[in-house]
Amino acid sequence: MGLESNLSQPFLATRLDEVINWGRKYSMWPMPFGTACCAIEFMGVVSGRFDVSRFGAELVRFSPRQADLLLVMGTITQKQAPVLKQIYDQMPDPKWVVSMGACASSGGFYDNYSVVQGIDEIIPVDVYVAGCPPRPENVIGAIVKIMEKISTEKAAEWR
Amino acid sequence: MNDGTHVQPIPTELLTINMGPAHPATHGTLRLQLQLDGETIVNCGAEIGYLHRGYEKQCENTFYQLVIPYAERLNYMGPVNNSNAWCHACEQLLGIDVPARAQALRVITSEMGRIIDHAVCMGTNLVDLGALTNFWYMYNYREKIYDLYEELTGARMMVNYPRIGGVSMDAPDGWFESLLKVVDEMAEAVGEVRALIQRNRIFMDRTVGVGVITKELAVSHSVTGPCLRAAGIPYDVRKTQPYWGYENYQFDVPTAENGDTYDRFMVRFAEMEQSVRIIKQAVAKIAPGPIMVEDHLVALPPKDKVYNTMEGLINHFKLIMHGIRPPKGEIYSATEGGCGELGFYIVSDGSPSAWRVRIRPPCFANYSLFPKIITGGMVADAVAALGSINVIAGELDR
Amino acid sequence: MTESDILAKVKARFGARVLAEYSFRGQSAVTVAPETLREILVFLRDDAETAFDWLMDVGGVDYLGYPDDDDREWRFEVAYQLYSMKLNHRFRVKVGVPDDSVEVPSVWDLWAIANWEEREVYDMYGIRFAGHPNLRRILCHDEFVGHALRKDYPINKRQKLSQPSEIILCEKVEWA
Repeated sequence: MGLESNLSQPFLATRLDEVINWGRKYSMWPMPFGTACCAIEFMGVVSGRFDVSRFGAELVRFSPRQADLLLVMGTITQKQAPVLKQIYDQMPDPKWVVSMGACASSGGFYDNYSVVQGIDEIIPVDVYVAGCPPRPENVIGAIVKIMEKISTEKAAEWR
Repeated sequence: MNDGTHVQPIPTELLTINMGPAHPATHGTLRLQLQLDGETIVNCGAEIGYLHRGYEKQCENTFYQLVIPYAERLNYMGPVNNSNAWCHACEQLLGIDVPARAQALRVITSEMGRIIDHAVCMGTNLVDLGALTNFWYMYNYREKIYDLYEELTGARMMVNYPRIGGVSMDAPDGWFESLLKVVDEMAEAVGEVRALIQRNRIFMDRTVGVGVITKELAVSHSVTGPCLRAAGIPYDVRKTQPYWGYENYQFDVPTAENGDTYDRFMVRFAEMEQSVRIIKQAVAKIAPGPIMVEDHLVALPPKDKVYNTMEGLINHFKLIMHGIRPPKGEIYSATEGGCGELGFYIVSDGSPSAWRVRIRPPCFANYSLFPKIITGGMVADAVAALGSINVIAGELDR
Repeated sequence: MTESDILAKVKARFGARVLAEYSFRGQSAVTVAPETLREILVFLRDDAETAFDWLMDVGGVDYLGYPDDDDREWRFEVAYQLYSMKLNHRFRVKVGVPDDSVEVPSVWDLWAIANWEEREVYDMYGIRFAGHPNLRRILCHDEFVGHALRKDYPINKRQKLSQPSEIILCEKVEWA
């Protein structure tokens, strides 16, 4: 009946979680929230040499409503913090957050009046990337980590 | 009654929209508020400070030599230009001269910085205009310069290369040869982009006559760098107040006439070519010699002295723990950064950290006229003009 | 002209109204009171020998606790870095401000860049500029209390922002 009758093996036995996670992890749509130096290195990640499209995450969306991976690249100041929170809230579930670089992860060497000491004061973070700025390989490593995390998640846990 | 002969004006009202801070063309950190009549901008407000990282306060609480990494994160498109400029300002404050080889190495790294600054600026501006291809060409070339930085210093981007009194490392064997090879490849990489856009009808329609900075506006707003030269004023600190031996190099200051977005593109192309010219002359002229001053109050002793002699160890300890102590005084030091005149106004109280560091960021002046030049134009023109001014939030907000 | 020549010229013209003069490593500066500021800047701009047509930078300094500095009668200084494109020389004019109750005349009508620069000095030091069209904070957020670059502001005293400002438009685009 239908398409299945043309196939020699009409059934694909898998768990729902597996097939959803498989789909999700190879088609992440990142929203680059780049504020500072790390954003320049992220350009290196998407450009020719490092080519993040090998991992299926090259479709950069600048609208949070179309993205499921928030990449926070660069220093978040107190002035910026409500903006970042709003952007995170606008992203549809399921969503993941990568904090790229020392500033986003911990405030970096800007321990002063205007810098938020790590974005985890504002939003939850899945993967932290070290470096000031991190090398592109390191960022790709973080994306692979997110993939690993996705493959262990249960679809039912997301609303 | 409307019988078709009289067209009644449709009642409209002005629409106020926010552009940024999370708009792709504002690169995350600029916020504009536009009042629109249809698609025409009738009023514009600009807000900055979304990347205000307290640089100046941080400098007051940090030793002079520890400011070098902070300085590199000002204009992160061409990081070394800033740290070189900071060291130059400290040397002016201390009243010391840098050895010739260190000067040449600073010239070379700064011109490399200028090339990658312009490459990214134009690449991203073209992305904002919808021409994605050029970005890959430009960025691939930038990666080659990154490789050279990595070979020289160990880091790709934030290289922490200069020191007060010289530079930290000498060039490795064969580095100058690979440098010459890479700068020769620039003609190819930039030539491709140039060929794609220079006489491109769509590109010219988007940029010619858009975001015009007139001479009067430029003077009143203290615009410097490529934006000023595109307006027809050939001001370049490397020519007017030379430093690091720039007076010994043959190079032109490219200018244009109209001061629009198109001209700013073309001036940047020409500047990249001049930078290549300077690098070639510097490599031809560079002679062996010391790369740090001999002054024990400024320069760290060589490692074999630190490990093998008591004096060397004490000297090292004193410099690391108690820092460099310039005399009381104040200095304004200007160099030509990627976007224009990068000035450091340092007030010293004789202690190892500055009493006050004030930066004259070129972007601050260049961006302050932005609301004026886009008012009266279309929203899409604002995007085109914004990229061509090359606003880098790191030094705009500090 | 060298900077010391300019200094001599300014002293000859303004006499006792030059409150302090200053020379270091070939650079010179004068300090004046707020009421003299506009006059001296206009003089330096319009005189044919100085012709300072560019205001490169405006920056504040807080001298609270500066060592061996008992004879300074003002706490703040605002430094105006001048540059002459025609004659290729520089000079620095500083204005002494005893405390934030004293207003400094704004020069935004002479150089448009002063608009933003003065806003920054106000934001960082709380120095007010008389006649400024739009004296709001520029780098710190609107809910910030105090002035960050003052010496008595602790470096890591952080202040949270609840909501970004709604309206940033000015009545005229020249004021923005």
